[in-house]
Amino acid sequence: MSTAGDAVVRCVAAIAAAIEADRDWLTELDSAIGDADHGGNMARGWAAAAAAVGELDEPTPETVIKQTGRTLMAEVGGAAGPLYGGSLLFASAELADGLTTETAVAFAETYLEKLTDRGGARLGDATMVDAVTPAVHALRAAIEVDGATPVAALAAAVTAARRGMAATVGLRASKGRASYLGWRSVGHQDPGATSTVIICETILEVLADELDEPVPSVPAVTVHDPDA
Amino acid sequence: MKKLINEPDAVVDEMLAGMVDAHPDHLRRIDGTQVLVRADGPIDGKVGVVSGGGSGHEPTHGGYIGAGMLDGAAAGDVFSSPTGDEFERLVDAVDGGAGVLAVIKNYEGDVMNFETALELQAMEGAETAEVIVNDDVAVEDSLYTSGRRGVCGTILVHKAAGAKAAAGGDLEAVTAVAEKVIDNVGTMGMALTSCVTPEKGEPTFDLGADEIELGIGIHGEPGTERTEVMSADAVTAELTGRVLDDLAIEAGEEVITIVNGMGATPLMELYVVQRALGGILEDAGVDVWDSWVGDYMTSLDMAGVSITVCRLDAELKELLAAPADTPALTVA
Repeated sequence: MSTAGDAVVRCVAAIAAAIEADRDWLTELDSAIGDADHGGNMARGWAAAAAAVGELDEPTPETVIKQTGRTLMAEVGGAAGPLYGGSLLFASAELADGLTTETAVAFAETYLEKLTDRGGARLGDATMVDAVTPAVHALRAAIEVDGATPVAALAAAVTAARRGMAATVGLRASKGRASYLGWRSVGHQDPGATSTVIICETILEVLADELDEPVPSVPAVTVHDPDA
Repeated sequence: MKKLINEPDAVVDEMLAGMVDAHPDHLRRIDGTQVLVRADGPIDGKVGVVSGGGSGHEPTHGGYIGAGMLDGAAAGDVFSSPTGDEFERLVDAVDGGAGVLAVIKNYEGDVMNFETALELQAMEGAETAEVIVNDDVAVEDSLYTSGRRGVCGTILVHKAAGAKAAAGGDLEAVTAVAEKVIDNVGTMGMALTSCVTPEKGEPTFDLGADEIELGIGIHGEPGTERTEVMSADAVTAELTGRVLDDLAIEAGEEVITIVNGMGATPLMELYVVQRALGGILEDAGVDVWDSWVGDYMTSLDMAGVSITVCRLDAELKELLAAPADTPALTVA
């Protein structure tokens, strides 16, 4: 097992690869209700973040997340830059004393708080908040109530994020570019909620690998088939 | 579509280089960024007033940098918000120790990037404030939208806030006059043609030869209503009526107006609109303190016009009449 900082660096690289693999799907989701740039912007931003954190001397979880946030802010642009980048940047302070289950929960909660403060979206507005909120709640509940292992807790968060992502399909968007479509936004899966799920899934895979545990099977929630 | 450019990707960079080349006494570019600041800034002890947003609206915002108006502005790519780190560099560069006011047009990308930058600068110890301009009366402001857009009324915010800062107002006072303009200004625009972005190279929306679009924004987004071509007088009556209704302007009140070209409208036509606007306001018993006519907040090569009306009081008149020395607007 590598140091926690190295593991987070690996995680950022894995997220960049996962986003790149799904960039066309993200763009397709965005073209239906937005300006068709989410896949390209996110792929560019995470690739730059992976490169930037790879240059860090003696990375710690805090410095890696902080650098990731800064890079996303500078590279992603639009609203996704400050939403992803700014929230990561501000939440990174929660990891100043290292990465534990407690600081991970604090990090996740601060991330959610910054995201909703900045974007003004609430649960049910059909945005990334609909994936992040249940993921954060599930993570905390799994650790505090169930005493789950880190991998099991993260698996619960991924399950919750997927359900939240699926729920955006049926909701009218009230924030973000999709909100300009009014009722025509119903029936479309939110691209930001989707990229959030991809990121959560990747964190789970990297964590399980770091801890030499199998990746738990997470119930699939299929709502959009890019090949259909 | 023909464009006088080299590469679409280089347009903003080359435009900024040209602006600094043309106005070296006014403008300085922060190396490695798309941020322009006052050549003689930061001004010690003065509140910094900054703005920014996507490019394609020239002379907004860089053209309004100079004594009595903006201390700096960040230029994003065409119709795209500047990134948060560019806004940070901007705020940091103009801070003369008395705080910085950010004048933000109400677009989600602009607001979120600017606010993130302000929060980060505040953590570094900077004193910051923000105002969000949302003068476009064509857009419904409701729970289900992201609210009204910021358009040409923003120039009056730059002017009043810049004058207040130049007069030695503190951050609270400068913010207060910016808010006063925002509370009293409304704008509505229309298009004869769509604009063509350098990247796309073709019209963003299609308008038939005998159609016009009312309620357009400044990014080539479609408007609220499409109609048959109307005369200049009829268009002016429609736009002005919507703005006056929204502001609830009454006879006897004093206003400043802007007839703003969207980028490809001959000045001849803008003056034809001005004539109609003057007549409408006179008939309504509204007292016109000043009328600006020209290209202030454009949308690339869109043909069309927007009409801005702002209710005035003694303080705003004094601030709008105060000296300004910028590439695009001079008040002597």
